[in-house]
Amino acid sequence: MAADQNGQRSLGEGAMLTLCNISAGYGSFRALFDVSLEVGAGEAIGVVGPNGAGKSTLMRVISGMLRASSGELVFEGRPLTHVPAHRIVEAGIAHVPEHRRLFARLTVEENLRIGAFLPQARRHYVERSEWVYALFPRLLERRRQLAGTLSGGEQQMVAIGRALMSKPKLLLMDEPSAGLAPLVVDQVFDLVRRIREEGYTVLIVEQNLQQVLDVVDRAYLLEVGRIRLSGLSAELKKNPAIRKAYIGL
Amino acid sequence: MDIYLFEAIINGILLGGVLALLALGLNLIFGVIDVVWICYAELVMCGMYMIFWLHSFFGWPILLASFAAILGVAGLGVLLHLLVISPILGSAPINQLLATGGMLFFLQSLATLLFGTDFRNIGVRLPLIELGDIFISYSRLLAFGTALIGAVALYLFLSRTYLGIAMRAIAQDREIMGLMGVDQRRVYLITSAVGGALAGLAACLLVLQYDVHPFIGLSFGPITFMICVLGGLGNMIGGFIAAFVMSQIIAVGGYYFSIEISYVLAFVFFIVLMFIRPQGLLAR
Ligand SMILES: Nc1ncnc2c1ncn2[C@@H]1O[C@H](COP(=O)(O)OP(=O)(O)OP(=O)(O)O)[C@@H](O)[C@H]1O
Ligand SMILES: [Mg+2]
Repeated sequence: MAADQNGQRSLGEGAMLTLCNISAGYGSFRALFDVSLEVGAGEAIGVVGPNGAGKSTLMRVISGMLRASSGELVFEGRPLTHVPAHRIVEAGIAHVPEHRRLFARLTVEENLRIGAFLPQARRHYVERSEWVYALFPRLLERRRQLAGTLSGGEQQMVAIGRALMSKPKLLLMDEPSAGLAPLVVDQVFDLVRRIREEGYTVLIVEQNLQQVLDVVDRAYLLEVGRIRLSGLSAELKKNPAIRKAYIGL
Repeated sequence: MDIYLFEAIINGILLGGVLALLALGLNLIFGVIDVVWICYAELVMCGMYMIFWLHSFFGWPILLASFAAILGVAGLGVLLHLLVISPILGSAPINQLLATGGMLFFLQSLATLLFGTDFRNIGVRLPLIELGDIFISYSRLLAFGTALIGAVALYLFLSRTYLGIAMRAIAQDREIMGLMGVDQRRVYLITSAVGGALAGLAACLLVLQYDVHPFIGLSFGPITFMICVLGGLGNMIGGFIAAFVMSQIIAVGGYYFSIEISYVLAFVFFIVLMFIRPQGLLAR
């Protein structure tokens, strides 16, 4: 399943997504400095780090919400560096944004419809939505309810479901467990496992280090806009610096 | 009940249809693009001139001329967006108001320059319908029916189609529309075209009842804005209802007093309501 078990590979070779020396920021403020990262097909990769490290910025650069000021982004051999967001979804990258960002005054069903806006996704709307409802039976009962009136956990299901509607090859998830009760957090991570088993490639940003390392194959540690560490989850779990700073052991 | 009062009420409902159409168009533009087309009624004026010239001068059949005007004003809407709105999309709302407000004077002056201040009539006279003792203007009935069909079509479009749902979504969160695969610029252009088409449709209906002149926009522009604000700017259903409330005030006020007084009443009603419910009748 995981494309590569040693975590060492020359950049770009066979990877689904490659970021090479990406820098990005907001106005004159630089949030990312020469970030390089890669995701192989079928892998689940974590990006962890403290608040303000630039994790969400990284996700925004990948999905085209934010332009990189320098560096290169390659997805399945196609350069995507200056491609607008709506073309990046077309290429097969879906982004579950930070804070869910549902359309609160649209129903659950309409939120899923928007997720299938692309012509290639519209054609498969019925089967895709059935699949999403099977994944989240809760949403089927609530499909005519306004998304803004759902509980936090249910909203996260809609956000993930909405992203899955475009049948992406790569799913970006930005802190899917944020603001949820511990029990619901467990459910979200179970869900990530299930999505992986369906064959999706996942890049997930999390604060919840312990739990995310249980789900992903490899992870990158981002600090003040730079990659500090990367490696297999098992190794990172044992890394004393990480244990001290992030797991609190 | 007094038969004339009844007739006034009927006429009020019929007038409301066209006003509702204009309010829908303006609310659609505002809801999706987040700008107010101050010159909206002037687009209607352009449409009325189009029909006038195509029908009275070039001799096109009225239906064909109307259809051409709808397309023409839709095109004007797209041009307005590309030339005026799009370059200042990110700037302060006051600048956008000034720009579209400037277009109002530009269009009025252009029409004066090109066509003079003559009142022009397309000379299509539709009969009156006699229902017992009540007379109903056929052109108003037609306007009402068409406006209603237009409103229902817009409702179905916004609630059933992918593009329509995206238009409702875009007002709630612009930034992430790209993540949904939606090209914002394309949606804005289509919205401008639909908004223009609604103004064109209103022009077809109004040209049957009123003479065209460069300042005709002033007769229903201000009232349309009041209706939109009354219904809650951007709120389609609110605007639709407010259109009928306002048109009743005008029609029934006109019956009891005079048509001038009735407009004063409508303005007073608007101002008083703005004090009581500044967010509009049906604010969301
Ligand atoms: N829209 C913005 N405008 C200006 N600065 C921003 C913007 N968004 C983020 N930043 C800044 O960029 C830096 C990185 O932010 P980012 O949101 O990527 O952090 P993060 O790692 O996702 O943090 P968190 O864990 O809190 O979500 C922060 O210093 C933040 O203040
Ligand atoms: Mg973040």
